[in-house]
Amino acid sequence: MESVGSIIMYLVIALSIILFSVLTVTTRKILRSATFLLFTLFATAALYFKLDYEFLGAVQIAVYAGGIVVLFVFSIFLTSHPGHNGAELVGSKRVLGVFAALATFAAVLFGLVYRCGMAMASLPAMENPTMHKIGQALMGTGEYQYLLPFEAISVLLLACIIGGVVVARKR
Amino acid sequence: MDITILYYLVPSLIMFCCGVYGFITRRNMIAMLISLELMLNSVDINFVVFNRFLYPENMEGMFFTLFAIAIAAAETALAIAIIINVFREAKNISVDDLSKMKH
Repeated sequence: MESVGSIIMYLVIALSIILFSVLTVTTRKILRSATFLLFTLFATAALYFKLDYEFLGAVQIAVYAGGIVVLFVFSIFLTSHPGHNGAELVGSKRVLGVFAALATFAAVLFGLVYRCGMAMASLPAMENPTMHKIGQALMGTGEYQYLLPFEAISVLLLACIIGGVVVARKR
Repeated sequence: MDITILYYLVPSLIMFCCGVYGFITRRNMIAMLISLELMLNSVDINFVVFNRFLYPENMEGMFFTLFAIAIAAAETALAIAIIINVFREAKNISVDDLSKMKH
């Protein structure tokens, strides 16, 4: 049984996720689309905080909201006229998009509701993952420890930096 | 009222479907990338929710999401570099008009 405050918080987060993600793909102005994406990412971070993963919520805000959305906004300014509306949608394209989205929704919802008994599991107790535990898990090589992916990600980021510079450089 | 797994998975599913819709209907490359971010984000939510509800003693889903966020950031930076380069060549980033490399 959850407290009333927890339920209200859940409702606010879920409704803002749904509302802002629908607005992200339906608004015609591309800059507004990026702004609604930012709100969706904030709502996701709030969801992580609600599920007791504080570190993950902070990473979500710092990397996604602070990094990726800024990149998006700058590239929108560089490549398009932000005030202009996007092109009018072709009817067949819209029908195809709605059909694909609804088909995905129906198929996954069917699987969720009818084939998945765990969908009714309620929130188990958990001690919050402290920074100490997270650091131990990131820097160890044993079971449930992630030094190798951590190092692989660092190499990937280096490759990405070099690739970004090489691709975007003026010749 | 008990908030079960389903209550978290359905908003994430709706977010994913919005991403699918946007990816198919949008013609601007940056808008398509934004739709892709929506899909990635909904998958991240799923990892965290399954981790929290089914295996709260470990942090596997959380770390998977952490690495997925890092990879998504790298991928977006590279994609935007490519888009800016395409814009410099073609003065346009609508996928309908980019047919130079078509056979």
